Amino acid sequence: MILTNIIAILMLVALVSLIIGSKFSRSLPYLAAGSVVLCFFLLARFASNNHDIFHQAMPLLSVPWITSLGIDYATFIDSLSFILVALTLILALVCILVSVNEIQHHHNFYYFNLLTALAGIIGVFAAADLFLFFFFWEVMLLPMTALIAIWGHENRRYAAIKFFIFTQVSSLLMLVAIIIMAFIHQQQFGEISFNYFDWQRLNLSMPLQYWLMLGFFIAFAVKLPSFPFHTWLPDAHTQAPTAGSVLLAGVLLKTGAYGLMRFVLPLFEQATVEFAPIAIALGVISIIYGAVMAFAQSDFKRLVAYSSISHMGFVTLALFSFSSIAYHGAIVTIVAHGLSSAALFSMAGILYQRLHTRELSKMGGLFASAPRMGGMLLVFVAAAFGMPGLLNFVGEFMTLTGTFASHPVATVLAATAMIGSAIYGMYLFQGSFQGKPHAGVQIADLLAHEWLLCGLLFALLLYLGLFPQSLLMHFEAIYPAANITVTGGKL
Amino acid sequence: MTALTLLPFFPLFSFLILIIFSKRLNWQLATVIALSGVGLSFLASVLLINDLYAVSQSSDISAGVRESLWTWFMLGEHEVQVAFFLDPLSAVMIAVVTGVGWLIHGFAAAYMREDENYSRFMAYMNLFICAMLILVLADNLVLLYLGWEGVGLCSFLLIGFWYQEPGNAIAARKAFIVTRIGDTLLALGLFYLFLETNTLNIQEILAQQDSSPLSSEAAWWIALLLLGGAVGKSAQLPLHTWLPDAMAGPTPVSALIHAATMVTAGVYLIARMQGVYLQAPDILNLVAWTGSLTLLIAGIAALAQEDIKRVLAYSTMSQIGYMMLGLGAGANVAAITHLMTHAFFKALLFLTAGAIILAAHHQQNIFHMGGLLKRMPLISILFVIGIAALIAFPGTSGFVSKEAIIGQLWQSPTAGPAFWWMAILGAFITSLYSFRLVFITFFGQYRGQHELHPQRHFLLLVPLCMLAVLAILGGYIPTNLEQVFVAVDAPDSQSPSWLHSVAIGLPLVAIVVAYVIYFPRANATEPVPGKGSLYRFSRNGLGFDATYDALLVKPFVKLAKLNRHDAIDLLVQLISWNAFTWNSAAKAIQSGRLRWYAATLGIGTIILLLGVML
Amino acid sequence: MIDIPITHVFMISALLFCVGFIGVLARRNTLFMLMSLEVMLNAVGLAFVGAGSLWQEADGQIMFILILTLAAAEVAIGLALLIRMQHQRHNVDVDGLSQLRG
Repeated sequence: MILTNIIAILMLVALVSLIIGSKFSRSLPYLAAGSVVLCFFLLARFASNNHDIFHQAMPLLSVPWITSLGIDYATFIDSLSFILVALTLILALVCILVSVNEIQHHHNFYYFNLLTALAGIIGVFAAADLFLFFFFWEVMLLPMTALIAIWGHENRRYAAIKFFIFTQVSSLLMLVAIIIMAFIHQQQFGEISFNYFDWQRLNLSMPLQYWLMLGFFIAFAVKLPSFPFHTWLPDAHTQAPTAGSVLLAGVLLKTGAYGLMRFVLPLFEQATVEFAPIAIALGVISIIYGAVMAFAQSDFKRLVAYSSISHMGFVTLALFSFSSIAYHGAIVTIVAHGLSSAALFSMAGILYQRLHTRELSKMGGLFASAPRMGGMLLVFVAAAFGMPGLLNFVGEFMTLTGTFASHPVATVLAATAMIGSAIYGMYLFQGSFQGKPHAGVQIADLLAHEWLLCGLLFALLLYLGLFPQSLLMHFEAIYPAANITVTGGKL
Repeated sequence: MTALTLLPFFPLFSFLILIIFSKRLNWQLATVIALSGVGLSFLASVLLINDLYAVSQSSDISAGVRESLWTWFMLGEHEVQVAFFLDPLSAVMIAVVTGVGWLIHGFAAAYMREDENYSRFMAYMNLFICAMLILVLADNLVLLYLGWEGVGLCSFLLIGFWYQEPGNAIAARKAFIVTRIGDTLLALGLFYLFLETNTLNIQEILAQQDSSPLSSEAAWWIALLLLGGAVGKSAQLPLHTWLPDAMAGPTPVSALIHAATMVTAGVYLIARMQGVYLQAPDILNLVAWTGSLTLLIAGIAALAQEDIKRVLAYSTMSQIGYMMLGLGAGANVAAITHLMTHAFFKALLFLTAGAIILAAHHQQNIFHMGGLLKRMPLISILFVIGIAALIAFPGTSGFVSKEAIIGQLWQSPTAGPAFWWMAILGAFITSLYSFRLVFITFFGQYRGQHELHPQRHFLLLVPLCMLAVLAILGGYIPTNLEQVFVAVDAPDSQSPSWLHSVAIGLPLVAIVVAYVIYFPRANATEPVPGKGSLYRFSRNGLGFDATYDALLVKPFVKLAKLNRHDAIDLLVQLISWNAFTWNSAAKAIQSGRLRWYAATLGIGTIILLLGVML
Repeated sequence: MIDIPITHVFMISALLFCVGFIGVLARRNTLFMLMSLEVMLNAVGLAFVGAGSLWQEADGQIMFILILTLAAAEVAIGLALLIRMQHQRHNVDVDGLSQLRG
């Protein structure tokens, strides 16, 4: 019931703000923030009442929806969903905080889109029925496209259309795979079913399994994004409004990683083992390619966008190495990247509001007028390049430690990104805050609500970086592919 | 929480206070906070070391105190803990870090007094001490890595402290990225080590070496990768190029980070992991090679520097080369002792150089100094004390430690006479560049444009005097290091009897040579920098920077900028370009002109009819 | 009745058709285009009548009447459009009407 309630609250508030919000546009942020905090409170209360049953998936509300096709409205929660839903809600708050001064027109429709996208994302993490999953997958896509296309920067329509086409085309592949799976269930068990837990009993023959796996994998690889499906991301991130970038980098990319963890790895065990060398190669290429590309950018947001590709490459690498240490590393990396990239995009937004540019060449020397902002940026950049003590380091370290046993060469190549990330991180920090200030450029330091969001993200990165066990302690039991022996060739 | 776990937290707290209230603190308050942070941890370390020695006196097993705070994360079954470990080796390190660090903090308080960002500066310095303490106290290699990265970040911040000068920012970035290459190698070493031993706890790894040692291949790789980390941090070949540029930072930073503490972290790491290195004698030999080549190359480069701080920077590299050489030869006790004495005399040298630079209005070129002995006698004498320790003049601390290293080279199984000769040659060059520096800076006529304004603040002078005492007597501080290290068995062959006299005598000969070449004669013209190509080559650090720039940096930047618009995106755009092209081709037919349609209709009909008829 | 060879009838109708067609292509004035269309339709009608008399069947004449009605309807619509065009654009140049360009 809990996740359904959260989705319902968000949708309801979205509708309310759409219908009556045009008259109260000043108070809309409070309304949205209030609903998000309420959702978070509900989730926290649920977690504190049920903290011992996270080890297994816990079914929640399930009602028949389209009975003739065996489609239910079915949701469930486990520690992975819980962490991602909590991350979504935290970043939702960040999104609202960065929107306060940025959004200048159509406030009511803006918050409608923002909250609907959030509801869709939470639905994706909650769905136990694959049809429902696909439904929410589309629900989060449309408002996101609208956010980019309406409130974005100068080249927003191009970016929005590119984002939409990439996601839509790839998710159609997934839809085909979902339908085939449902019919295979009918062949094997006599009735059509889209239920995730039913699917785990399926017995899939090999070439078919491989193709189905590819259908899912491509959809998730586009979302992740993995090389070579990544090119929508720099445009979408750069053109989106700040909250859109935060949402995209912070949680939307995580739906791709979630899909890999939830569906690709457990449902197609044999095919993933066979596919692993290719996936690992893609992961390593993403890691290096993203890092090199990030260095070549002169646009603040574009740089961070490419660094996201690099970081998410670690997730691909970790998941397809079938090591439980790396699997834990992937979970940590997901959360860490969600927080740190959200922080960096917020910084970009904060700077954009003051300077009206994202070009690093037009920044420089800002430390003199805004030392606290510079300090915060340094912390977030340090998180991004894997400074120990902050959460990203734990993720990277666990990932690489885990993959080293089975894929030493891939690990060595991936580790070069530690150098690459230092290079682009320093380039970003020094380009914007060090050096000689441009004549007459004076910017205001962090405002109260900006302090709140920076402080929130920093505190989380630091706390989880020092006590990552609080994230990982529920994950001992659920590693899905631990019993697979790696038969794929070593890379 | 005992004193051991609190140790790194004292400077951390003062860092937090300084950074939070930065602009609201005046000089006195900020100084008190910063000095008390480091001072408290110095007092705590003195107490801890006393306890440790008391324990080690009463029992003959190697003593160590371990304090665990919490489990950081799990690597499979292995718990990576946030835990600190104190044994005689880390005792030496914390004593140096907090003791020398405290003195340098005191000096820095006077040196940076006029700076408008004074409390931010002291905050960074405190943070550095905290990170360095974590590094040397870490009970496992992941926590060590935390400190390792932490000191790197502080080094970056402090080199680029005057960030508005583009040159400083570039130097800071270079230091960070070059050491980061080493850090990555170190991280890879940790991955390999974990794969082989299933633990990253230092004591567990070392204990395993007795029962089930690493295979020789694994030990070879691990030792090599750890060495990679060490050469990055300790500015040894081939990752040494960042250190001379790092002198862009304020002088107390150079003294603290780039001479006394952080750059010796690599030496500490190799000494700490001695058990692993003993499984890989080839790599120990490589360590010796690294050290000896670095000490020679850095010495030669130091001979041609014109900036007083760059001379000292190259000299630091060269002295760390001695430590590496000592480690490679199995003379760990001597190497760590040299680490300690070097911290004393090099901090003294840098700080006196700082006092000179401050008096000379931030003039660092030695050819614009001269005659300082008469104008700043106290500072000059302190500087010469430092130089005496640097060249291992008999009776100074440097003599104790450096002679101990050199004395073990001849017979060491992983070093040998060739290394002894290189070390001796290095000692000769050390004397030569040291006295070139002394003669040009302190003798002859003053050549600067501005009048000298020596500072006489007690915070400036007291640390200098205390460091001078340590530079002379510091070699006799008891360390108990023998308990930590495995003694390496040397073959019984006798080394020649003239070894000692040559080792002691040659540096003294070099002083005479330096006197002949560099001492300013009363009737001669002013000393000028050399002009020859060899001199320039040496001044530019033997061309390493230019080579790396041409081979690595430029191609990388070029490649990255070349693909700035993402070739993959071009492929994707090819699809849309295709659609647009066909679209516009098809569009051209639909002109909207009625007569054109009629004409094509007619022509089409004619063609069809002709086709039917023929 | 003088027998006219069928080839002559067809040649004249083909000639008329071509004249009409060229008129459609060459004239920009919509009124003249409509007149040229009439010429083309009548050329076809002539061919039908000629062919009908050759086979001694009534079909040709029936077809001609059909064409006649068709032409009348077409001209009615065409002239109506022409008048609207004159009203809106104050000329009857057909090349001005290219809004349907792709």
